[in-house]
Amino acid sequence: MSQHATTYVPKSRFAKWFESRLPLAGLVHSSFIAFPVPRNLTYFWTFGAILIFMLAAQIVTGVWLAMHYVPHANLAFDSVEAIMRDVNYGWLLRYLHANGASMFFIAVYIHIFRNLYYGSYKAPREVLYLLGIIIFILMMATAFMGYVLPWGQMSFWGATVITNLFSAVPVVGDTIVSLLWGGYSVGNPTLNRFFALHYLLPFMIAGVVVLHIWALHVVGQNNPAGIPIKSGKDAVPFTPYATVKDLFATVVFMMFFAWWVFFLPNYLGHADNYIPANPAVTPAHIVPEWYFLPFYAILRAIPDKLGGVIAMFGAIVVLALVPWLDTSRVRSANYRPLYRQFFWVFVIVCVLLGWLGAKPPEGGYVIAARICTAWYFIHFLVVLPLLGLFETPKPLPSSIAETVLGKKGGAGMPVGAAAEPSTRG
Amino acid sequence: MNTRHALLAAALAVGTLAGAATVQAAEGTPNPPRQSWTFAGVFGTFDRAQLQRGFKVYREVCQACHQLKIPFRTLAQNGGPQFSVAQVTALAAEYKVQDGPNDAGEMFERPGRPADFIPPPFPNENAAAAANGGKAPPPLQVIAKARGFERGFPWFIVDVIPFLQYQEHGPDYIHALLTGYEEPPAGFTVPPGGHYNKYFPGHVIAMPNPLSDGQVEYPKGPDGRSPVPETVEQYSKDLAAFLMWTAEPALEQRKRMGFMVIIFLAVFSYLMYYVKKKVWAQVGGEAEGAPGTAPLGPTG
Repeated sequence: MSQHATTYVPKSRFAKWFESRLPLAGLVHSSFIAFPVPRNLTYFWTFGAILIFMLAAQIVTGVWLAMHYVPHANLAFDSVEAIMRDVNYGWLLRYLHANGASMFFIAVYIHIFRNLYYGSYKAPREVLYLLGIIIFILMMATAFMGYVLPWGQMSFWGATVITNLFSAVPVVGDTIVSLLWGGYSVGNPTLNRFFALHYLLPFMIAGVVVLHIWALHVVGQNNPAGIPIKSGKDAVPFTPYATVKDLFATVVFMMFFAWWVFFLPNYLGHADNYIPANPAVTPAHIVPEWYFLPFYAILRAIPDKLGGVIAMFGAIVVLALVPWLDTSRVRSANYRPLYRQFFWVFVIVCVLLGWLGAKPPEGGYVIAARICTAWYFIHFLVVLPLLGLFETPKPLPSSIAETVLGKKGGAGMPVGAAAEPSTRG
Repeated sequence: MNTRHALLAAALAVGTLAGAATVQAAEGTPNPPRQSWTFAGVFGTFDRAQLQRGFKVYREVCQACHQLKIPFRTLAQNGGPQFSVAQVTALAAEYKVQDGPNDAGEMFERPGRPADFIPPPFPNENAAAAANGGKAPPPLQVIAKARGFERGFPWFIVDVIPFLQYQEHGPDYIHALLTGYEEPPAGFTVPPGGHYNKYFPGHVIAMPNPLSDGQVEYPKGPDGRSPVPETVEQYSKDLAAFLMWTAEPALEQRKRMGFMVIIFLAVFSYLMYYVKKKVWAQVGGEAEGAPGTAPLGPTG
């Protein structure tokens, strides 16, 4: 944020007094009001705002739920039922929170795929991107531990399967698992510590989100053309232009969210989670929440336990390496005819992996999961590095304004420091 | 290009998450036939008379083995069977409830009150298991949400589309199970203690056929006859509806509120769209070649 000298001028005496001691208003002004936004952003760029809304919604509903929830193996299930029946609007809080997790992941997946399509991870946005990956990992940990809290059958057995994965780690595996469990099996200590961590992690996410936004405001936003802001004509101030567009998109997203909460509240969950946890009875199929299914499919595609765990975590690690695996100098897939096709193949592979993750690991499903897993890694480790060398990109437009307004031109904003730092391409 | 991508992405997203609605159904078990329910759909509400009949079926048949962990008072609550408070008080008083310890330190029995939970048929899970061939009959209060079945592709996408949506897997399964007792097909051996059921995963269920025609007497109409047939088919439907209410007592409130929320958001987003359009018109709009005439705002 130091990048852009603030144009904020405090007016009142108090504002002047405060600003000279803590330049908070100037920081907010330069970050969310005067911040130059490329004028060609599509609705795919509104998911950042939607994600902030979802994080806030999850924290607010979660804090309220925590006031009524009891993290004890014998009481948790009934306390959730009490929330559903006896707490005023408890059913609403719980359905908002449970479906909110799914909405959060829908938004984050669209955000990530948008990033991959438009090459937003490329220089100078690598750190911004890595912070995003950290948020994604924290989100997965939070969601996994949250799903354990109702202490239903899927909670218990999901926790058992996932925590057991760590036993594949050589030498210290069993120690890690005991540490996670707080004992020698998933039980009350596990539930208790998962509750504590489930309450903690969202605030860590919020902290990394602040860094993510900070990094964004240093390097500026990428855009569908993938070219930097060159003049004032290319940009518009964040407020009111991006603000109003983000608000509109968030309201539309809330409508989608409401549809699930009010009319399909249990569709994204699993019926077995309405059966209290029972260590003596294993469900027919242990299935994680939908947003973990692609990773679950990768885990099961490898016939070796340690290999499966490595592949699953590798699937996320490889995502973090994308800025250095992609050799193309052109960012946006709009100007990369080959990459664009590979991108959509990759999207289809991810969706297929999700579908396969929900299927029993047998017969044709295993073979399909192996092919898709192989392609997942080939896409990142082979296709991305090679494409940059062999692909002939289409000619890039000379400016952002040209892609939007043609050659006619239009009003923009005076941008001096608005242009992104030109380190490379 | 972008619109097409957006549509595609949305379709794919819906496809992925819908894949989560997986519920176990053993191979070869037919899916329960879809019933028509008053509580289905956007404007669904429970049929009070049906819930009251369903409670009677529970009380006279299921209660022998299955616990229903809900307080009596909820039977008088809005959005449920809505028995009168006097009826619920009288009903609760028919049960003996253990209370205590009293001043002398002893547990004692007293007549139930509306605030009490309906007492379980067995003192504990082990007793329930011992009396039922080694496995305790499941409690029924959330059973309508704890049972379901997988409809498979492409239905898991169709089932989330507004006005085609399908959430009544649980009640359909309960109805199918209770009407699904039949003679096993030739060559199918039912192990001792088991019973053949067409819709139970794996077909062998420990619970014997609990219902028969005429078993439960329904309240009579003015002509001296029950307005609905006293058949297994009707009992199953009424019980399934009742159990849907016990599982989701706020269903009516939820759907009513949901309709208002979505109408509000629809109007709000409609207005927001035009606000956004007007704001962006100042800089020539977002669309390609849109003319820019209005002057810049103060921040520009």
